[in-house]
Amino acid sequence: MQKAYTNIIQIAGDVITVEAEGVGYLDIAQITTRRGVSLAQVIRIDSKKISLQVFAGTRGIATGDKVRFLGYPMRVATGENLLGRIFNGSGVPLDHGPVLSDGLIDIGAPSVNPVKRIIPHKIIRTGIPMIDVFNSLVESQKLPIFSIAGEPYNELLARIAIQAEVDIIIVGGMGLKYDDYLFFKETLNAHGALSRCIFFIHTASDPTVECLLVPDISLAVAEDFALKGKRVLVLLTDMTNFADSLKEISITMEQVPSNRGYPGDLYSQLAARYEKAVDFQGAGSITILSATTMPGDDVTHPVPDNTGYITEGQFYLKAGVIEPFGSLSRLKQQVNGKTRADHRTIMDTMIQLFASYRETLEKQSMGFQMSAWDEKLLKYGELFEKNMMSLKVNIPLEKALDLGWQILSDCFTSEETGIKLSIVQQFWPKK
Amino acid sequence: MEKIRIGQVIKVNANMVTVEVAGQIIQNEVAYIVHGQERLKAEVIRVRQNRAEMQVYESTQGLKAGDVVELSGELLSVELGPGLLGQIFDGLQNPLPALAEKCGFFLKRGVYLEALPDETQWDFTPLVEPGKKVLAGSWLGFVPEKIFKHYIMVPFALGGSLEVVNIATPGKYNLKQVIAQLRDSVGGLHDVFLQQIWPVKIPIQAYAEKLRPTEPLVTKMRLIDSLFPVNRGGTYCIPVVETLKTFPELLDPRTHKPLIDRTVIICNTSSMPVAARESSVYTAVTIAEYYRQMGLNILLLADSTSRWAQAMREMSGRLEEIPGEEAFPAYLESRIASFYERAGVVRLQTGATGSVTIGGAVSPAGGNFEEPVTQATLKVVGAFHGLSRERSDARKYPAIDPLISWSKYTGFVNPEYKEKCHSILQRSNEIAQMMKVIGEEGTSLKDYIEYLKGDFFDFVYLQQNAFDLIDEATSKERQIYLLEFICAILDAQYNLEDKASALHFFQSLRQLMRTWNSAEYNSSEFKTIESQISMFLETKLMKKDR
Repeated sequence: MQKAYTNIIQIAGDVITVEAEGVGYLDIAQITTRRGVSLAQVIRIDSKKISLQVFAGTRGIATGDKVRFLGYPMRVATGENLLGRIFNGSGVPLDHGPVLSDGLIDIGAPSVNPVKRIIPHKIIRTGIPMIDVFNSLVESQKLPIFSIAGEPYNELLARIAIQAEVDIIIVGGMGLKYDDYLFFKETLNAHGALSRCIFFIHTASDPTVECLLVPDISLAVAEDFALKGKRVLVLLTDMTNFADSLKEISITMEQVPSNRGYPGDLYSQLAARYEKAVDFQGAGSITILSATTMPGDDVTHPVPDNTGYITEGQFYLKAGVIEPFGSLSRLKQQVNGKTRADHRTIMDTMIQLFASYRETLEKQSMGFQMSAWDEKLLKYGELFEKNMMSLKVNIPLEKALDLGWQILSDCFTSEETGIKLSIVQQFWPKK
Repeated sequence: MEKIRIGQVIKVNANMVTVEVAGQIIQNEVAYIVHGQERLKAEVIRVRQNRAEMQVYESTQGLKAGDVVELSGELLSVELGPGLLGQIFDGLQNPLPALAEKCGFFLKRGVYLEALPDETQWDFTPLVEPGKKVLAGSWLGFVPEKIFKHYIMVPFALGGSLEVVNIATPGKYNLKQVIAQLRDSVGGLHDVFLQQIWPVKIPIQAYAEKLRPTEPLVTKMRLIDSLFPVNRGGTYCIPVVETLKTFPELLDPRTHKPLIDRTVIICNTSSMPVAARESSVYTAVTIAEYYRQMGLNILLLADSTSRWAQAMREMSGRLEEIPGEEAFPAYLESRIASFYERAGVVRLQTGATGSVTIGGAVSPAGGNFEEPVTQATLKVVGAFHGLSRERSDARKYPAIDPLISWSKYTGFVNPEYKEKCHSILQRSNEIAQMMKVIGEEGTSLKDYIEYLKGDFFDFVYLQQNAFDLIDEATSKERQIYLLEFICAILDAQYNLEDKASALHFFQSLRQLMRTWNSAEYNSSEFKTIESQISMFLETKLMKKDR
């Protein structure tokens, strides 16, 4: 079975082609080169011509090097021993700790049967009003943060990770800057969260193919914990780098590109990862928060565009705040009906008025005279931005709702808000 | 029937395999790749000499060159019969709950279960006598299924006039028992079972004629029913709808039974193999057509047809076809058109009518309606409910933009009112645009009031609160009543001395109307608020000169 082959007939990009027989699609092989041993994965079979993507890259591979097929797909170790550890994209320790081989499982396991999912119903409180009040995060949700490069998306991810009530946090870094990796590690450590974290890190200087494995390996480990009843939060940053790696390999394989050079199956590839978010009936859950940078702040770029149709909404990070427009949690309705009776009213009314405030700002910038109504809106907008939108605000949901009523009553009369009378009678602050 | 032929895998590229076959190959026939203990379903999508290119409906992990392939000679088909209602299937009609029972949390590949359980006994009542002449689709008898009479029909595949030779007596039968025998015009005998098999990509046409859709489909959403109606048997498209995850628990307001009792869900999540996603819409529309043949009205919600189109693009890329616009295949438009063409109202041979209404969700990239899937869809549908980002940003729900939506159907409200509403919205929008340039102070009071009227109409009629038990669904009668009431408000002139008082007037009216919207129709509360509103209007109403 484990016969070694030595006739590599093509090396292009990070892909080699070797002549061999009886090889399974997506199986793993070991390549022994002068530089050491690297793993590779079968990505195409054409009779005897087997193409493999080489995790460590093809630099230095000789046509006569030995390729040994292992006869099984990519595997990863699982279990409590992983907690607090740091690995690269192919599961090799980066922290000088021991190599793990307990409870090996295949990565990229089959999809979850949709009827075995339960409807997400538990709110994850973050202390950030723009999330808790306006776009509640729900356990087992899959939600990306759309932002342009340079926005503090990693800070936001780390902050949510620290505050979220979950059992295990898995950080999957793709094309991460080394500084960012250290930032995650130090922040989580400073809050005593490191012992419930597992890192799978691919930095910008590592080989492309390893980047491709990060989401799969992170999610396979997460799935194993979730099946054992744990509530797992997976942070994936940055999924645009993952998509770019897909593009690189598919161009190397001479596939017909579809949109802006990305492969035709980009949507399915992203979906296969995001759909791992799940609340298992009678077991644990996986919640996925990812960062997706938008080249040129272009939301129609294939990566954010395809992502937006898979995930259950998105947080749109712009100018250091979560934009109320464009941000959306599609699952918020599952939870915000049972928090407090005024939650939905505050959520809708404040955003409606904030939209009017933005219009007034536009008018003001064009030099138009401000009516009494405009002045009210301006006052409101300012209070909203300062006390609700700023990421510095860190208050529980109930406090945030009370604050909402306070701001509304400071700026408007009740009929100006359009809130129906029964709610007004119950919640409008008495002067 | 074709006999089974054998082939051998020679290439594996993601979910496409190339198979060398000795003997003939049929385009679109189903094949099974034998891999160890597993048999993976695939479909022939291109033939080149003795090689068949197949899309595999499962993960291809581990497949090897040399694996054996069995070609079945049959097209991709579904089982049609009692027991479909309330079920949840994947795109290949695999029953997902039964699969979960067998395999647990995950979808184990290569496991195909009977779509309809064989052993269930159904209470059959015959409707015909031996000697009766029948056609494909004629009703031979019925069994009770949930709240319906499920008619057992002459298999759609049989042609010409047939004669009933035998028919089962009333009693309990399972799906594998013969309930009738038919003789065709050349003397051939055909057994009829409670279930029949039909290839999904071919429309069922066992009806007398196709009619024009004229009956409105009441959705109880004011914006749709009043301004952009859809007719039974019609087609419409809407960019992205919320998925119906809570469907099984919803109570049917009409029958007070769970809605799932008259629902079939075909569910193929995006992480499931792409080829099965492509077949989902066909499986769904075939089941819809089957129930239509019983004289029922079916609503098919396809969410999302863009995902379906992307599945086509993905396969087209693997086949290395020359890409069309945005790399979609050249046959995109014709595939979309032929899918929507399967909607319609038909008159059956019995004289009864049945319909399939198709509502397709499209998800245009970045909300750009110019992209190929949306454009191809708009050409063939009868109504378009265009969602807009601005409306959803401003929390104006439903976020259907009345300025870009359209409908070719008539609906039930007075066309004069409909006309009036459209023109008020149009005018209000023009003034709003103008105000952005010349400012509020540059706008005349008359124009400003017209602007407020449009805004008011939008707020109290078009917007509907899905979380308010009453406001979430507005009956046909209430819509007719409310629209007439509002049109009278919009027509009247008011004594409003300046813009501030005009704004205040409409804001107060808005609050009253919203409170009214959440009062039960014709209840005492409803009437109290109505007279409050009338009194409030009276205070500012400009009396006509005598």
